[in-house]
Amino acid sequence: MDKWENNKAWFLVLPAFIIVAFSAIIPLMTVVNYSIQDIFGPGQSVYVGTEWFKEMLGNYRLHDALWRQFLFSGLVLLIELPLGILIALALPKRGWGVSACLVTLALPLVIPWNVIGTIWIIFTRPDIGLFGVTINSLGIAFDHTARPLDAWITTMLMEVWHWTPLVVLLAYAGLRAIPEAYFQAAKIDGASAWAIFFYIQLPKMRGVLTIAVLLRWMDSFLIYAEVFALTGGGPGNSTTFLSIYLVKLATMQFDLGPAAAFSLIYFVIVLLFCFAFYQALLNVGRGEKT
Amino acid sequence: MKIQKRTIALCIYFGLLILPIYWMLNMSLRTNADILANFALYPADLTFVNYIKIFTDPTWYMAYINAMIYVGMNTAMSLAFALPAAYAFSRYKFLGDGQMFFWLLTNRMAPPAVFLLPYLQLYATIKLMDTHIAVALAHCLFNVPLAIWILEGFMTGVPKEIDETAFIDGYSFPRFFVTIFIPLIRAGVGVTAFFCFMFSWVELLFARTLTITEAKPITATMTRTISATGLDWGLLAAAGVLTIVPGALVIWFVRNYLAKGFALGRV
Repeated sequence: MDKWENNKAWFLVLPAFIIVAFSAIIPLMTVVNYSIQDIFGPGQSVYVGTEWFKEMLGNYRLHDALWRQFLFSGLVLLIELPLGILIALALPKRGWGVSACLVTLALPLVIPWNVIGTIWIIFTRPDIGLFGVTINSLGIAFDHTARPLDAWITTMLMEVWHWTPLVVLLAYAGLRAIPEAYFQAAKIDGASAWAIFFYIQLPKMRGVLTIAVLLRWMDSFLIYAEVFALTGGGPGNSTTFLSIYLVKLATMQFDLGPAAAFSLIYFVIVLLFCFAFYQALLNVGRGEKT
Repeated sequence: MKIQKRTIALCIYFGLLILPIYWMLNMSLRTNADILANFALYPADLTFVNYIKIFTDPTWYMAYINAMIYVGMNTAMSLAFALPAAYAFSRYKFLGDGQMFFWLLTNRMAPPAVFLLPYLQLYATIKLMDTHIAVALAHCLFNVPLAIWILEGFMTGVPKEIDETAFIDGYSFPRFFVTIFIPLIRAGVGVTAFFCFMFSWVELLFARTLTITEAKPITATMTRTISATGLDWGLLAAAGVLTIVPGALVIWFVRNYLAKGFALGRV
């Protein structure tokens, strides 16, 4: 659809711009301010230039948290995307089951994030949790509060449990939008289920799957409350992801300068991904129109 | 035969989806002593003490009311600001529109942890600390961009000829927008309201940072209780179950538009 050219449209965007800018630009400037000063107390600060940035870039804890974060977000995409597509393909297409399935699927998405963590503590604890007790009674030692690998497995299980429904809902929306004629044509041609999937369903889901990748990558990159409630970043630092490390640095140790420098580095990484995904989304949109 | 396998797999998946929630419900209906002493798949001595405690203790039930207040405020604000902006993005080409849209998007994707410290200072300076409006404003950071994104998707689906016809018929822009355009995309508005509700309801970091006592929401109350009372599992589970209820009710109303909403109106 061709759009009208009119710069007065800015007046419609302005209120939204102001309210977001209030919450985004002023605080970001404060972060920049913190990141180049050493703050001793109210009104007492010394300009230190790029020292905090140098310190944080060489900080091995930050490196660890960053690689952990990439591993986590990568695994999230690898597991949730295929699983989500599979489930979406298996969902009923009509009848009373559709509403029931959709409502159940959306249920984990409206649970507060720290309650998600609480649910999984209660579910996996070796003394009171169904999962923990079952696994331990099978003779496998499992304790997510003491063993890093178990903590990782629990965190991944929680994440997959929490967000796979989002991928399912997106993929399902994409599948439902395919006109029935495509499938009739495929049937006449005698196409196999695999051929239908690879030549009709997957290409037609490209748009929604791009959104799914974007949302899952970005949101898992910012994960905080679920993991904070479940493991608190432990045992040791084994599940300390970027946000958890940042909050620890900022509110518990109160290192304003380094925390601010870290924030900006974090923000730039997120911005780069955001830009790449945004371009991908725009290209998908163009592809559909031509 | 193939259909049956598919149904069984689906049943297993939904079973696993429900199981952790069922386990919390099970815990919430037992006393803490019972939970620690016996391992039971279902509550043998059904008890509602945990729920009674929450509904009679103001620090608990006020926490739910606080959360509802700021979530409601945030949803109303996000819609009010996002509707005109989304219309502009879906209908007009203007200087810097692409850049503006991208900038808004970056705020949806920005890590809340980055904004934590400045928010403390900013809201203390403008004397809004520990108020509902502070949390509602802070949540606008990610909800306004999201609302614009979804609404723009729905609005682009409405043919532009409708606008042109209305303007030729002599409708002023505000009258056209409120009486013709918004009713046309009411499903989109409903879904957007649901998403604003959802993301404001589930958020912890801002809500916890910007409140002390007066506006403290249930999510923050729950994290503080963990350290304070030496873990009353039954009470914690009951509080958790009650946080699911509002969300579950709201899902039911938008169930037919859920999938389209998650696809940001772009299917």
